[in-house]
Amino acid sequence: MTPLLALITRDLRRAWAGGSVTYTLAFFLLVTILFPFAIGPDAALLARVGGGVIWAAALLAALMPVERLIGPDAESGVLDQFAVRGLSMASVAAAKIVAHWLAFGPPLMLAAVIAAGLLDLSGATLLKVEIGLLIGTPGLAALAVATSALVSGLRGAGAVAGLVMLPLAVPLLIFGAGSIDGGFGAVKLLAAVSLLLLAGAPFVAGAAMKAGMD
Amino acid sequence: MTERLAFHAVTCARGGRTLFEALSFAIEPGGAAVVTGPNGVGKSSLIRVAAGLLAPASGSVEGPAARALMAEASALDSDKRLRDALRFWAALDESDDPHGRVARAIAATQLSPLAEVPVRLLSTGQRRRAALARVVASGAPVWLLDEPANGLDDASVGTLETLIADHRAAGGIALIATHLPIDVPGAQAIMLGGAA
Repeated sequence: MTPLLALITRDLRRAWAGGSVTYTLAFFLLVTILFPFAIGPDAALLARVGGGVIWAAALLAALMPVERLIGPDAESGVLDQFAVRGLSMASVAAAKIVAHWLAFGPPLMLAAVIAAGLLDLSGATLLKVEIGLLIGTPGLAALAVATSALVSGLRGAGAVAGLVMLPLAVPLLIFGAGSIDGGFGAVKLLAAVSLLLLAGAPFVAGAAMKAGMD
Repeated sequence: MTERLAFHAVTCARGGRTLFEALSFAIEPGGAAVVTGPNGVGKSSLIRVAAGLLAPASGSVEGPAARALMAEASALDSDKRLRDALRFWAALDESDDPHGRVARAIAATQLSPLAEVPVRLLSTGQRRRAALARVVASGAPVWLLDEPANGLDDASVGTLETLIADHRAAGGIALIATHLPIDVPGAQAIMLGGAA
């Protein structure tokens, strides 16, 4: 098995077995449930804001696993062992992004179906939300891994992670929520932002992980 | 069969402080070097430079690409059983028979009764032996051991010495940083911070 494939399998197994996936989904659904409590049970209003609510909840849920993506592996020497075996940290980061998306994107898209039911979204709106999530979650996963690498080793990494990650995720939120009534142009912009994050994140994360080894 | 491991005038600086300057030595196949010196003098940094994790400020390191590192952390997943955690790394190191290499390494480090136990339940000394088993199972010609005797009892230090001797007898190279006495016959002594 190639090292990167082994790393993806390992990370994916850890995310499921360690409860990371369950916590993230539970948090996502909890946030979507909070909105009807705050806004009131007006079905028409909820249906109108529902798509945006799902996107905001997805962003907040993406923060949940950030502390666990890179920090523990840097501390336990796992990253050192990959480096000794000649792997670049950028490729390790890329593998971690793939593993994190697999543990985050598809489960979130499934949970969005439940959230759509709770918010009384129409089938057409749900379809647009799902297409947006399919395009946007890879960028979100890449951003989460890069943030995790940047804050690993800091005290209170979780709190700092929120401050680093959420502002950078705002474009995803704007174009993701915008794609629901904004049409195809917003989808293209969402894809552009997601692609930019995916292309840049491995190098940012790799450089941060390498700096952490010094 | 293997090349030698050589430091060419390596200078290492960390945090603006020079730890050692223009350090040169070479270890031939079957040879070993023991790095000693007081705390904070750069023993671990020397091992990390040899592992390629730390770039030297000047100079270069040459040697076989396959190197096995045993540092402070064991790098074994704490929720996995010991055997599976070792197999993860062994499968990456060499394609031939990783399971057999892990089984032999577990036996050689006297961890056989613990092979099915999750890594998080191991004691400090057992975890050090597990990290040693990872190095043994790697099959790498160069062993880089940072304080391998920390947390080991006398019997385990004896095991460590035997494993190093076997590795060298098979043409391997060992670079060991330690502040505890380890008996490595015929090893070069590299004393850091002695003259300063």
